[in-house]
Amino acid sequence: MSERMSNAIDVRNAVKRYGDFTALKRISLTIKDNEFFTLLGPSGCGKTTLLRMIAGFEDVTEGEILLYGDEIEKLPPHQRPVNTVFQNYALFPHMTILENVAFGLEMRGKSKSEARTRAGEMLELVQLSQFAARKPSQLSGGQQQRVALARALAPQPKVLLLDEPLSALDLKLRKAMQLELKHLQRETGITFIFVTHDQEEALTMSDRIAVMSAGEMQQLGSPTEIYEQPRNMFVADFIGETNLLEVSVDQVMNGRAVCHLGGGHALTCNSVEGIGVGSKVHMSVRPERLFTTDVPVEGEALKGRVVENIFVGTDISTIVDLAEGPQFIVRTSNSERGNKRIFEPGSEIFVNMELGAGRLLVD
Amino acid sequence: MATVNNDIKTYKGFRAITLLCLLVLYAPLVIVTIYSFNASASITNWEGLSFRWYADVFTGPESDKFKVAAFNSFTIAIMAATASTTIATLAATAMVRGGKFKLRTVSFGLISLPLMVPEIVTAVATLIFFNSIGFTRGYLTILVAHIAFCIPFAYLPISARMQGIEDSFEQAAMDLYATKRQAFTKVLMPLMAPGIISGFLLAFIVSLDDFIITNFVKGAGVETLPTAIFGSVKQGIKPNIMAISTMLLSFSIVMVTISYFVSKSDNTK
Repeated sequence: MSERMSNAIDVRNAVKRYGDFTALKRISLTIKDNEFFTLLGPSGCGKTTLLRMIAGFEDVTEGEILLYGDEIEKLPPHQRPVNTVFQNYALFPHMTILENVAFGLEMRGKSKSEARTRAGEMLELVQLSQFAARKPSQLSGGQQQRVALARALAPQPKVLLLDEPLSALDLKLRKAMQLELKHLQRETGITFIFVTHDQEEALTMSDRIAVMSAGEMQQLGSPTEIYEQPRNMFVADFIGETNLLEVSVDQVMNGRAVCHLGGGHALTCNSVEGIGVGSKVHMSVRPERLFTTDVPVEGEALKGRVVENIFVGTDISTIVDLAEGPQFIVRTSNSERGNKRIFEPGSEIFVNMELGAGRLLVD
Repeated sequence: MATVNNDIKTYKGFRAITLLCLLVLYAPLVIVTIYSFNASASITNWEGLSFRWYADVFTGPESDKFKVAAFNSFTIAIMAATASTTIATLAATAMVRGGKFKLRTVSFGLISLPLMVPEIVTAVATLIFFNSIGFTRGYLTILVAHIAFCIPFAYLPISARMQGIEDSFEQAAMDLYATKRQAFTKVLMPLMAPGIISGFLLAFIVSLDDFIITNFVKGAGVETLPTAIFGSVKQGIKPNIMAISTMLLSFSIVMVTISYFVSKSDNTK
């Protein structure tokens, strides 16, 4: 197999315009075979538009979309070997669960009995065999979700497209479905393209994530890369919780930059290319990479005062006002409370940063 | 309870107004129905229960006239309802699934305007139209006129139904390898069916009951049930008119009831 053939989807310079409005600004990306790929971004970022272009529900204004090497952007939806799990499931209300799952197989020319047999197997895979004769309205949201999944997987598509399929479920069910989806993807070996605005969901399930905003791709990488090495302000802010601080760069060497915050506090953090001495940029540091002490641990400890402690279940978030400087959020895991102290509001403390935890961002 | 009661039932005079409205609306119908079972030839004196006027409708001196009129009425109603429902279904598909097109609001206005135009105006206009194109008045002119004025009645339940069907159903069908035509016949049509049936029944009843337009465009000697009844009444109200009216009323009630239940059976949820 050639290098190109092993890519499930190649999007090349895809542009989508609605009249004067450009929904997608020249996107190019490659989705590998057998990958759990996520398009992540806030609503209106173009992620669903891109998915619908792959499915065939939206025309491609410019550019190409290749499916395992074949151009598909001009084909009508029914000629594309991809299937979609819709946000509202779109189960056919007048058909039984079994008929729903068998629909795609029958449309592909399988005999009725063959389609039903295969549909039955799919229902077994999602553990809904006992509901085969029911109508969609008789099932719960979570069950309908699994039927939609079985229906889309039954014709063995080359790529499965999932359009925010978990957004209507409650938190507990959503968590369970995240694992089940991941499991199904491994089991079937089908490439999944998952659209979501939920960054936690994306981090949990994906092999790779494309972060999108305003019709542009902001960053593409593994969950760890996206979380730990955000490329710009948008990604750092959108993924997880972070402290975004304006800093002035005083010195750059060996990938590290010495900067100072407002109020004159000095800090050393990871630099990125294109940042020179004297530039004013943003620094991102995750709250869990900070810790508070009553005496400075290192030379760079930042002096401040505790404003508030907020209990958020697994962690405690401490809000700290630096002396004449910005505000910091410090997060302490409850499991670490043995060796890390939580200080009462009003306490004069020091905020310490793990080496390499801070990261400069190009805007 | 301390909450402010906005229930309309607590308003002063609610009960009295309601009863008055119901009385004005239904008392005449109730009286006609009761007196259709009167044994007497009088239309005001009750002389005991009898079915003689029902028998009279089918065997009495006017029975031939009524049979022909009933045949005309029902055949016209079936054909007019079928044609107008077909046109209305296509119109609704275009209006609801056609995306945003120019003059969409105008189109909707044009389809539903006939409901607002006074029927006498439509009747006169239709008559003038047939005359000016030299169409001889008769059975066919009634049929054509009925098809035309039934369209908005058929259109409303069908388009209301269609608006409730999200287009993701058709997309899902096409995503699952159905062609456009298959998506229409296998998914959209079954989902629209209650609206279509309901629209058909409504058009049927409207056609069956129509008097004004029919009276204008019918030729000499061609009668439908309403015009035949009217002709009969002009020579004095006889109890057989009450019997035939009651039958027509019951038939309409049955049809409207079916239409109601069909349109309520929501299979999109």
